[in-house]
Parts: sequence; structure tokens; C-alpha cells
Amino acid sequence: MNASLFKSIEFRAGVVSVLIFIFLLAVWHALTLPGPAVVTPVAALSAEQAEYNKLMGKTTAANGALTTAKVTGFPTLSQMGETVVKQLENPFYDNGPNDKGIAIQLAYSLGRVGLGFLIACAVAIPMGFLIGMSPLLRRAFDPFIQVLKPISPLAWMPLALYTIKDSSISGIFVIFICSVWPMLINTAFGVSSVKREWLNVASTLEVQPLRKALKVILPAAAPTILTGMRISMSIAWLVIVAAEMLVGGTGIGYFVWNEWNNLSLTNVIFAILVIGVVGMLLDMMFARLQRFVTYVE
Amino acid sequence: MDGFLRIEKLGKAFSADRPVFSDVSFTLDKGEFVCIIGHSGCGKTTILNVLAGLDTATSGHVFMDGREVVGPSLERGVVFQSHALMPWLTVRKNIAFAVESRWPDWKRDQVSAAVESVVELVGLTQAIDKLPSALSGGMKQRVGIARAFAIQPKMLLLDEPFGALDALTRGTIQEELISIVRKTRQTVFMITHDVDEAILLADRILLMKNGGDTNTGYVPGGLAEVIVNPLDKQRTRGTLHHLDGYYALRNNIVDFLVSRAKH
Repeated sequence: MNASLFKSIEFRAGVVSVLIFIFLLAVWHALTLPGPAVVTPVAALSAEQAEYNKLMGKTTAANGALTTAKVTGFPTLSQMGETVVKQLENPFYDNGPNDKGIAIQLAYSLGRVGLGFLIACAVAIPMGFLIGMSPLLRRAFDPFIQVLKPISPLAWMPLALYTIKDSSISGIFVIFICSVWPMLINTAFGVSSVKREWLNVASTLEVQPLRKALKVILPAAAPTILTGMRISMSIAWLVIVAAEMLVGGTGIGYFVWNEWNNLSLTNVIFAILVIGVVGMLLDMMFARLQRFVTYVE
Repeated sequence: MDGFLRIEKLGKAFSADRPVFSDVSFTLDKGEFVCIIGHSGCGKTTILNVLAGLDTATSGHVFMDGREVVGPSLERGVVFQSHALMPWLTVRKNIAFAVESRWPDWKRDQVSAAVESVVELVGLTQAIDKLPSALSGGMKQRVGIARAFAIQPKMLLLDEPFGALDALTRGTIQEELISIVRKTRQTVFMITHDVDEAILLADRILLMKNGGDTNTGYVPGGLAEVIVNPLDKQRTRGTLHHLDGYYALRNNIVDFLVSRAKH
């Protein structure tokens, strides 16, 4: 290793990141340490009282003193570690409806997000093209977009459940409806702001409309469209967790809710971390794609 | 005078009572190089866009080869002021896009042969696989010219193609343009702000007057004078200013721009 590696800003930032991580773990550890036992001397207990204390998790010493271990109930680091190892050791197990491995739950969620997102692409991008190319359509669609866009996607859920009558497809619909707006708006904006001069070149070359759309407008608007897709994907990943909590059955959101009902906080924390990591990976994927279509003028 | 391109009583008005220019009529012969000079706002670019079919005139007609110009056409190659290359395509692909538009049923090797020959014409063989962002301003404009030539149009329209270039680069590209135009006997209509450029390149120079308010009311702009270039056809940039009649011609145009171009 040479000296410049240690001096590079990436390396130093990495060191600081690791230190922050260790600090956070230390804080967690400190806050979940079992407190000193509180000993309350008590006069002689009847056998019934001793039995009751035992039930309440208090131990009665031979001399009759009552010992209460002070615990917060929040999982300790070692409990957390056990859960992480257990979950990662066997991510694909399937013990029936309420007990599936994290990878299976993730696959359900990613499947719904992917499908809803693809349908949203198929609708939003061609429609964005139309709206972007026609000032008339842009004005005509604008009120609908402005009203529909701010609606929380979950507000559609009852309507979706009633009409579709299938919780899984309703989840996909909710993903669709939340993904469609950023892509629609960005595509329309990207298409309408394609430079006049490139369109003029296409006109003087008598390029047919479809070829113009695919060879000139699409690559020109691609960076803006990709930005819209990236925003849509991050919103979709936020929404899927809430949607699955609501409809239940499968998925990472359902997993979180189910583990909350099991009072297994370690599993809840583990799921939260997984949600974060997967969201980051999805975003990185779109950042890659974005770099691929970006051009320098 | 074969009147290959005929412009008849062209006028453009953004507000009906104050047309920018009106009653502009002139002709271009086949193989002729015509420059148009005038101040900003006199409507030069509008005229060029009407010839290209990208804009419509309020009144008047344009005929090329006896047919009226009603829209953009592959028969007229346009070089834009801002080069207008697609930044996501390499030089090769930018020109191939034009070639494929002109001859959609050409095979791949036919297209690439055409692209390579026209790139060689403007001396950019080295840079053929570069993106426009990796080229200098002069090189980009050469690609723009190559793209216009690649479709073998019946005439070329150049909208101030060298306006954004430094003087040295401009001189080199002007000479390249002359040699290509002489070789191909291309008909050219070009907008410029540069008097020397017009004298060097043009067979005829059209001087345009701006519209303006006079004592008798608003007078629209239009074609004020047409000057036939008397200088030797084989003139070059290096010897231009030694030719007899150069200063008289230049003074005439500069005088026009300074004192006669406005109402």
C-alpha cells in the first residue's frame, strides 16, 4: 500500500464511516446493558407471594430479599447478532404462511415493485411522449396530473381491494399508481425541452415521426426520463413496505408487521436494515443506467 | 440567369401592421454562391428558415427547380449556426444519421463509405469516432458542414456557420468551404455578419435593410441592394485584400451597414 492511498479522501471518509458505525454500536450496547440488580429486603413472604413474585420474573432469595433485574426489553447487540446470523444462514426457508425466510419475503416485495414499476413505465413513458410533444394535450392533462399526483398511493388501497378483489394485485396497483407520476412528468418535461435545433435537423432530413421519436427525442430526453424512473423507483420502494403491512400475506412489509406481532424486535430491526440496503442497491442501479444515457453538450 | 431558386415577394409579419420585412424577391442560379448581410433583426434568419422550410412566410413564395417550397426537404442541406450535432452520437453516427435518412435502403458498408468520404473532405478522419463534446468549435462546425454535404443536396443553406469561431479557425474553414463548393459546384445561400467573409465567398452579396419608423410612418425592412462581386473567381483569403477593387467593394458594404441599413 502506498501513502497516497491513505491520503485519498475516499479512504479517509471510509475510516470515519467505520468509526461512526462502531460509535453507534457502542451507544446501542451501552443503552441495553442490564442495570445493577435492585434488592428490596422484604419481610417474610407467604408461599403464595413468593410464587407470584416468581411469575413476575422476580426471584426470592433464601433470606426473603427480592431481586429485580433491570432490563429495558430492547434487544442487546448479541441478541441482534444472533438474529442476523440466523436469518442469513437460511434466507430461503418456508415454514408456511407466517414463517418464511427473508429472501423469500424480499422476492415477493421486489416482484410486486418490479411488476408495478414496469406497468407504470409502459404507461407513463409513451403518455409522457404524447403530452410532451403536444402543447394541447399537455394543457388538457395538466389538471388531472396535478390532482392525482399528490394523493397518497395508500389512499387508493380500499378502492383497489374492492374492485380487484386480490390483495397481491392491489399491492401491484398501488406501486403502479405511485410510480407513474414522476415518470410521466419527467418524460413530458424531457420530451418538451428537446432542443429545437435537433428537431430542425430531423425535419430538414425528412425523418419520419417514429424514427424521430426513437432516434432523436428519446436519446435527447433519456437523462430526464431516467431521473423520473429513479424517483419513481425510490417512491415505490417506500410504498411497498406500507402497502404490504396493510394487505398482509407476504413481502418484506408484512414480515416487519408480523415480527412486530411476534414482539421480535431483532427481526424488525433486521428487516429495517434489509429494506435500507435493498433500496440503496436499487438506487445505485438507476444511477448506473443514468450515467449510461447521459451526454455532454 | 436560370433562376434555380426563385424568391418572390416574401414577407414576414409577427404583428400585422409592422412586418419585419416585405417584398423580398431575388433569385439564385445553379452553382451560385450568394451571401446575405444585414444587421440583427432584419430577418435574415427568417428568410433562410423559410428557404429551408422550417418557417413559413406571411406572404410570398419560394420556388426551387420550378416547384414551390412548402416544407423541409432533403434537397436543401442546412448548416446551423450552433452546429446542431447530436451530442450522444459520434461524428460517424451523426453523419450516418443524415446518410441513412437520405438513402434508407443503403447497406451498412455503403453508408459508412459515404460517411468516411465526406469526413475526409473536411479533414476530420482522425476524429471520426469521437463525440462532439471532445471536439473544438471549429471541428464541430466542420462536422455540421460535412453532414449537410453528405446528403448531396441540390443546394446548401448556411446560417452564419462561422459566427462562433475565432478568426484563425474561421479563415481555415472558409477556405475549405470554398474548395469543396468549387469542387462540387454547389449552390449556396449563406448568412454572414462578416464583410470579408462575404467578399471572399460570394458571387453576389445581398444587403438587407432593417424596418423602422420614419416621418411618413413605419417602413418594413427588405432587400436594399444587390452587389455583384467583381473580384477574380479564384481569389483566396491570403491575396484577397491585394486585388483591385477590393477596397471599393468593402467600403461600399461597410458604408451601407453603417449609414444606409436603417430607416
